[in-house]
Order: sequence, then C-alpha cells, then structure tokens
Amino acid sequence: MDDILEILESDARVSLEDLKKLTGKNVKEIEKTIKGYEKKGIIVKYKAIINKAKLKNEQNVVALIEVRIAPQKDVGFDLIAERIYRFPEVKNCYLLSGTYDLLLEVSGKDIQTVAGFVSEKLAPLSSVKATATHFMLKKYKEDGIILTKKDKNQRLPITY
Amino acid sequence: MIAKHIKKLPPSGIREFFDLVLGMPEVISLGVGEPDFITPWRIREKAITALEDGLTSYTSNSGLLSLRQGISEFLNSKYSLSYKPESEILITTGVSEGLDLALRAIIEPKDIVLVISPHYVAYPALAQIAGAKVQYLVTDEKSDFKIDLKQLKNALSVKPKAIILNNPSNPTGVHYSGPELAKIWRLISLSGATVISDEVYDELTYDVKHVPFPALDKKAKHKTILLNGFSKGYAMTGFRVGYVCADKEIISAMTKIHSFSMMCVPIISQVAAIEALRSQREVAGMRGQYKRRRDFVVKELNHLGLYTPTPRGAFYCFPSLKKFQVNCLDFAKKLLFQEKVAVVPGKAFGDEFDVNIRISYANTLDNLKEAIIRIERFIKALK
Repeated sequence: MDDILEILESDARVSLEDLKKLTGKNVKEIEKTIKGYEKKGIIVKYKAIINKAKLKNEQNVVALIEVRIAPQKDVGFDLIAERIYRFPEVKNCYLLSGTYDLLLEVSGKDIQTVAGFVSEKLAPLSSVKATATHFMLKKYKEDGIILTKKDKNQRLPITY
Repeated sequence: MIAKHIKKLPPSGIREFFDLVLGMPEVISLGVGEPDFITPWRIREKAITALEDGLTSYTSNSGLLSLRQGISEFLNSKYSLSYKPESEILITTGVSEGLDLALRAIIEPKDIVLVISPHYVAYPALAQIAGAKVQYLVTDEKSDFKIDLKQLKNALSVKPKAIILNNPSNPTGVHYSGPELAKIWRLISLSGATVISDEVYDELTYDVKHVPFPALDKKAKHKTILLNGFSKGYAMTGFRVGYVCADKEIISAMTKIHSFSMMCVPIISQVAAIEALRSQREVAGMRGQYKRRRDFVVKELNHLGLYTPTPRGAFYCFPSLKKFQVNCLDFAKKLLFQEKVAVVPGKAFGDEFDVNIRISYANTLDNLKEAIIRIERFIKALK
C-alpha cells in the first residue's frame, strides 16, 4: 500500500497540507492520486468509527447471522448473496468456507427488528436453507481500534 | 565520602532543566529518548505466559541459550554475521550494561577512550568510571555531524585503547553507510584500538541499508565489541534486554564481571526477547511511522529556520539555533515556560553543542504538529 493510502486508512480527515508534509509530494499530485483511487473503487468511502455503546439515547442491536444457502446453477452464491446484501439492514456480508456460506452483520433498533428481518425477509428466501443468529453483547475492538480501554504510555517526559 | 571520580561526573546544569520538565504538567515533550509505542502485544503476551508458567528463576549468567541462538540466527540471516551462541554472545541488562562491561573488561588505568561528539551521555561517564581518560572527536554541523577522516587520523595518534561508535546515533540521527564505515575502519585498523559499536538503533534506519561494524571484514569483527538490544527497535525499554557479540576471550571476561554484579537478566524479559525476534512485522510498522514523522518534523524545522540535517536513523534530530543567537539552555527553558514544549539542550551531549537542541520525534503526529505550531510562535516572539 502506498503512503497516501496508509495515512488515509488511519486518519481519513487528514488535510491535503498535512499529506504534503508527510509524503513530500505536492498537493496537486496528491489530489490526483486520491481521485484516481476513488475512481477505481480502491478508496470506497470516508467514515467515522462510532462507539455506539456510549450513545445513551441511541438504541442499537447488532447480530451476526450465519446463513446456509443452496448455490444456484451458473451463478453459484453471487446471485443469492446480492439478493440478501441489498437489504439496508445488512451492514456487512461475507462468503465463507466451512459449515455456513454467508456471514451477515445486521443491525436494528431492537431485538424485535432484527428478529423480524430474519423471520420475514431472510428465512423465507427459497435458497436459504438455515440461519443461526448471534446477538452481539459487547464490542471490544472494531477496525483494529480497541473500544473498551486504551494502553497508556507511562514514559517519563524527558530522558537521554 | 563519595569517590572523587564519581563526584566530578557530569551532567549538572542539564539535570536541573530535566527536573523542571519533570515537575511541569501537560508538556508536549520532544525530549524523550524512548519509543512512544507500547511493546507489541505478542511480546507482552509472551511475558505474561512466562509468569503464568512459573518462569521465575535465575538463568545462566550468559543468558538463555535459546535467546542467544535466536540472536545468532537473526544476525546471520540479516547481516551474514556469524557469532557462536555458546561462547560469543552475552545477554545484558540493556545496552548500558553491555557498554559498562565492555569498558571494565578492557580498560586499564590511564588508557584513553575516544568518544565521538555529540555523544550519548553514558559514553564518557562509563569510560571515566572504568578509569579511562576520555578524548573527544568533535564533529560539527558543516559535516552534518559525521566523522571527519583527517580529524580521526589525528585523534588516533594518541593510541586510544578503544573508540566508541554509535550507528545510528543519539542525538543526531547520523547513520554511516558501509563504504563510510570502511574508510573509518581503514584508519582505526592501523591504530590497534578496539571498536565498541553501539548499534541499538539499527532497526530504525530510513532509506539506507545498515551494515554492522563487525560485518566489514574478518579483522574488523575480531576487533569489534558489538552492542545491541531490544529497547528501541522493539519498543522494549522497560524490559532491559541487550546483548553483546564479540570474540570468545572478550565475552568470557565480560561474563565474569556480569556474573558477580548482575548474575543474569530477568528471565521474563529474556523470554519476551525471544518472541521479539519473531516480531519483524511489528518493527516494520513502527519504522514506517517514525519515517513519516521524521519527514514531517525535519521539513518543518528547516522551514522555521532551525537548520536540521536529515537524520537517516534513530528517532532524533539535532537542529541548530545559530540563526537565533541564543544558547540551548535559555532556548529550552523559555520554550518550556512559554509554550510548554520540552526539548533536550544540545549541551547535554557535549560542551561544544551550545547552539543545538535534540528533538525526539518518538511522539504522535498530532503532538508533533502542535509542537511545531508552538515552536513557530515562540520563534516569532524571539525575533
């Protein structure tokens, strides 16, 4: 991965001026490179990681759902996966090896909403053979960021 | 009651400045001589497991054989350097102990030790404690703080017993390439001096290839005491693990002293160090971040008029205050009081460096950015 991508991956809000200082490239070149990445779909989106557990008035339930599906002739899993990931409730969707085929991350305002999605939208699909829903109790780490507690460096402020 | 040679050890004025910094809350410190990273988790986890497994005993004086074997294999695969784990490697309590042992093992009263200035504070101090007379080879800004060969030739004419090299260097970040070292070695080899080569920052070099001094040739290996450790590259300062590689006779003499004064390095730290050797991915990640910070800080300092040669290693730079006609201690004190930014006055690394400060970029980019804003404001007020 090049310098610009590495920096943006850890801080998408970094200014062009700072990128110039950090990479030694000029602003025009940086802008052109970033636009190129956006066009090619290498940079997909700029978003914040929000620790929703700390939002007191916000109710949010997340579930990981394992889905076993019957692949279809010629298109394999892709068509049914598309059918499923298009639902806005589905935040993440992966094709897996092993006992189950798809792993979904689904979120809703409460357990009923998520359960309703499974029973009314997901399970009735003819290609879906089985589902197993795991409600998330606590998020410790997301996108490489530890959400619960941070390491604290104890070093002295001045040493040789 | 205190022995005279201990009483006269430096530093004095600098210590007071350090106390000022230590007593001031919420300072952005560019004065820290250790990584801002916490030891990578896989290394810490190994230390926890070692405790859980009941590893609480002494080890052999030389250190765990498995660690010495790991170091031997590592040096061989990385630098094609061959040291026998059984007799040519000693595990020490950080590089500081390694240096102390090396000097005590070879120095006799009135021997001369050559120190390249600016220098890490422990070099002259430990040489003096060992009973040596210290001679300095002072480098300057004109050569970007690199050794001038003519000067070296002159300095070697007094027949020093040992010369202490630091590559990459604290406080300047200077790094010597293989060909540069070969020229230095050509002169040293004629003098008969032993080279004590402190290479604790060897994992932190940028855009350059590191060549350990003993890798130059067979004779160089025979005349070199190589010091290294896990503190800097692996962010393990608190674990206190270093190592020395040298000929069997030297290691044997050093082990003798070590066995009486230290016994051995704590076993948990040694087990953690074995894991560290397998953590090259983590080291590469930290190196990448230091490089980015270096590029940022050096560019900004030069832009502000503080001439700063680009360091190729370690995590320090050594800017000049010449343009502002202010001495380093006044500059550092005022910067601390007015802007709450701490730097180390250059004088700490040699009397001649009254117009330099050492800046450590082992800090987060956010802190470095804020520090630069404050330094800029401070300099404007100086003019």
